[in-house]
Amino acid sequence: MSELMKVSSTPHVRAKDSTARIMMTVAVALLPAAGFGVWHFGGKALLLILITVASCVLSEWLFCMIAKKKNTIGDFSAVVTGMLLAMNLPVSAPWWIGVIGGMFAIIVVKMLFGGLGQNFMNPALGARCFLLISFSKIMTDFSYVVSGGADVVSGATPLACLKNGDPVIVRDMILGTIPGTIGETSMLAIVFGGCILIMAGVIDMVVTGTYLLSFAVFILLFAGRGLDWYYLSAHMSGGGLMLGAFFMATDYVTRPITQKGQVIYGVLLGVLTGIFRLFGPSAEGVSYAIIIGNLLVPLIEKISVPAYFGKRKAKRKK
Amino acid sequence: MDSENKMTAGKVFFNGLIKENPTFVLMLGMCPTLAVTTSAINGFGMGMTTMVVLTMSNVIISLLRNIIPDKVRIPAFIVIIASFVTIVGQFLEAYIPSLNEALGMFIPLIVVNCIILGRAEAFASKNNFILSMFDGIGMGLGFTVALTCIGLVREMLGAHKIFGVSFAQLAAMIGMGEGVTGWLQSQSPIAIFVMAPGAFFVLAALTAVQNVVRSKKEQRGEKTKIQSGCSHDCMNCGDSACEHRFYDPDGKDGAVGR
Repeated sequence: MSELMKVSSTPHVRAKDSTARIMMTVAVALLPAAGFGVWHFGGKALLLILITVASCVLSEWLFCMIAKKKNTIGDFSAVVTGMLLAMNLPVSAPWWIGVIGGMFAIIVVKMLFGGLGQNFMNPALGARCFLLISFSKIMTDFSYVVSGGADVVSGATPLACLKNGDPVIVRDMILGTIPGTIGETSMLAIVFGGCILIMAGVIDMVVTGTYLLSFAVFILLFAGRGLDWYYLSAHMSGGGLMLGAFFMATDYVTRPITQKGQVIYGVLLGVLTGIFRLFGPSAEGVSYAIIIGNLLVPLIEKISVPAYFGKRKAKRKK
Repeated sequence: MDSENKMTAGKVFFNGLIKENPTFVLMLGMCPTLAVTTSAINGFGMGMTTMVVLTMSNVIISLLRNIIPDKVRIPAFIVIIASFVTIVGQFLEAYIPSLNEALGMFIPLIVVNCIILGRAEAFASKNNFILSMFDGIGMGLGFTVALTCIGLVREMLGAHKIFGVSFAQLAAMIGMGEGVTGWLQSQSPIAIFVMAPGAFFVLAALTAVQNVVRSKKEQRGEKTKIQSGCSHDCMNCGDSACEHRFYDPDGKDGAVGR
């Protein structure tokens, strides 16, 4: 990248941003949610996170070596991918799920398409969907041992309860003391991490805001419950919505470039998530929504090309 | 055509099997390739069925090539191919009903398989019937090998089976203990490989392997030949994927399009 920056025209402003710096900020911002997951689910969660991160970094290193490419593990993106993927795994998953998931995310979704910046899909989400389709039983087993006790909690996730019409406690969902994947349970910790990202200037609110807003509107309109704020807040704080909105939908590589495009993208994600959650067969739909959104990004870019400065928008000939 | 490029039956046969493998090189017939290769047996059955149809249609089309008017050749080819597909389909229904059930809709769909129509157009309508027959057998075998390979990989990863025999049964057959078979039985296969995405993954991986071999060969100086059945008439040729379109570096005077 640095070679490219030197040939740009004046004026030159040197920014300290680099891929590694941004990725490290994201990793730090993920720590609260990861830490909460480890506290909530016990030491096995930490082990799973470490295994998945190690698998991602090793896969990238091996791929670069075998393909005789410049080693790219220094940009920390593999670490972020590994953390995001681990946070999408249930704590009961065996260790090899992390290994296979990490390998798939890095080698198939990222490196085979040319590495960071060329992948058309978020690697962590691609791997999560791969695992979800392949090992649906393991990936939806949300039983866990309560820390400090011997009881195994095998309850359904709050979203599954919502789907079945069972009552849920929103306070627990916001705090995160509920069944779910390692990193998705605590809305508080994720939003805190998201605030770190926004404050550090790594992400802005365009995608996240439009995503959450359009999802809320969709739920209010189509859930058939009218202005049921309790139901809405349960939907907002349940499942992977916050994790997806703050950490995955905002991925630089797989989101549109222009602001107009990002608004379209955010609204699309919100509507898709709403459709999957309300009308789909499974309770959760964030990861599929973001993946489909990723695939549509090239088309969104096409309709959101900005006009040249000083040039009036060309009228389309009929 | 000079003597070096003269086609012999053997050359034509191996050409279809390896150098111009319909699946991995020509990328033809993708629909059955992706749809029916959920197991090695299904892939093998589809390949053999296609081979029989391809060989017979190639022979007939080659024999009739001077009678069929140029303007209606495609409908004529399809009529010939469809008759053979119907015959083969009836045979399968009568003698191998299990395979017939597994392949289902994809047997009648052989009519529109690009390999068959492609070979009729590119080879059988320009060469004599003996060469066409060997071309059909070679291409058909190449297709069969490719489909069986894809099916085998998908079956092994996605269902833990080889030719319909599970790993656990296999281990028991060669005298492994309870521990091994029990462990094998308890492992969960990567189910995505027997679903549609798995077909794409395996096809891409096998094609990549094949490309590595080919590019190594080219580096060693072996030139890729012009595809068999080349009429050396680029102006009237419909093969847009031909690498030598309008230019043949090995030709006598450079350009081919005369």
